Amino acid sequence: MDMLGELGITFLYTIRDLAPIVILISAFHIFIIKESIPNFKKVIFGVVLVVFGLTFFLIGLEKALFPLGELMAKQLAKPEFILSGYSGSLSDWQAYYWVYIFAALIGFSTTIAEPSLYAVAVKANEVSGGTIGTLYLRVVVAIGVALALVVGTYRIVVGDSLVTYIMVGYIIVVIQTLFVKKDIVALAYDSGGVTTSTVTVPIVAALGLGLATVVPGRNPAMDGFGLIAFASVFPMITVLGYAQINDIASYINKLKS
Amino acid sequence: MIKKLVSRIIGKLRIAFLDLLPIILVVSFFQIVVLQQPFPNLGDIIVGLGFVVLGLMLFVEGLEIGLFPIGENLSYALAHKGSLFWLLSFAFLLGFSTTIAEPALIAVAKEAAEIAVASDLLKPESGPGYALGLRLSVAVSVGLAILIGIWRIIKGWPVYYIIIGGYVIVIIMTLFAPEEIIGIAYDAGGVTTSTITVPLVTALGVGLATVIEGRKPLTDGFGLIALASLLPMMFVMGYGMLIF
Repeated sequence: MDMLGELGITFLYTIRDLAPIVILISAFHIFIIKESIPNFKKVIFGVVLVVFGLTFFLIGLEKALFPLGELMAKQLAKPEFILSGYSGSLSDWQAYYWVYIFAALIGFSTTIAEPSLYAVAVKANEVSGGTIGTLYLRVVVAIGVALALVVGTYRIVVGDSLVTYIMVGYIIVVIQTLFVKKDIVALAYDSGGVTTSTVTVPIVAALGLGLATVVPGRNPAMDGFGLIAFASVFPMITVLGYAQINDIASYINKLKS
Repeated sequence: MIKKLVSRIIGKLRIAFLDLLPIILVVSFFQIVVLQQPFPNLGDIIVGLGFVVLGLMLFVEGLEIGLFPIGENLSYALAHKGSLFWLLSFAFLLGFSTTIAEPALIAVAKEAAEIAVASDLLKPESGPGYALGLRLSVAVSVGLAILIGIWRIIKGWPVYYIIIGGYVIVIIMTLFAPEEIIGIAYDAGGVTTSTITVPLVTALGVGLATVIEGRKPLTDGFGLIALASLLPMMFVMGYGMLIF
């Protein structure tokens, strides 16, 4: 019964997310375009699948992953655990090596399962005629998120300024943009926006908050956030970087032949 | 027939499971090897994982037969109609309406109001009004972002001029914005695009770039999501500068 209730509530939330879109699109079709949607029944079936899919997905995350991930993030940031593997002070950044490893791996693996990234990757594969592989893009973006969380947790531990890090990130993106083949740029920018939605955010937030509570001299309200912002910048850098490596590789191939 | 359907569904479930496998491996490794603790409520976890796999599979199926066709068809129909006004109105309304009710945004706005009250920037009674103002400014900014993005696709402007220009503005605003609002502004960029909006907006952009002559779907069709993450940062900082 409890499970059924949860399913119902999540289902209603998903419907509520969808409602403005359905109303807007219907209004445009009826009053402005004055044509009905082709394959209407099939499309509606697809939308129903999306609603049910998201419902099950979110319920499953709530049941399985979020409690465990949050518990883990807290345990890894506990002083007893940290000092059991490191003989030094809690203010040393080296003391938190398991936190960095966890941040990297959880960032990578949750990004691979992120549905919005999947959607963008499918489209990119379609319009590039298959040259941008669906899995490739997701892996490159996931590496970006992994790096972002390592740097982000390190920043929380040492207490550097968030703004400086973000600005350096933007400057790197701008420089890369100048030197890369321009057809990939829009996709690379979009990759930054889709990484931080359903799966990654709750676990990452718990990790940041837990860390800011443990490290001496950090204030959870001020230092705990910022991981999300990092996770939007770094994937742009890795996607642009991947494109640059490809550019260089094809240039070398040209020279050889 | 049924046999074929079942084997197809099993195939799709397997793919969804493989997408989830990295998480399972990471979590198990840390729980068993690093933290050396038993799994709490193992039954719940296994049922939950089953749900996630099933949900992911249904979502991916629905994406291809539902959301993508809707977005593509709309872009064709609106381009065919040839009315710039309606196309841009649709763009704005799509961004605005999907953002204003976004739960993640409501949570961030509420949290921002609490921080502002706690640090004496606001009187406690003006907290809710501030949160609403923040939500409105983010929703308007996402609407404008989609509008500008669609306008860009029509005109064929390179996306990086707009985005780099935007970053420069964000950096300059960061130097002058009140410190309390900066973190919230950066996070606001990340929470605006939900899992239903992303496929729809992507299909819309790529669809438009496909039908408009002289535009390439890859170069010109993407970039809407990036704009929808950039503009909220500016608007939230601007709102903070106005209020405080």
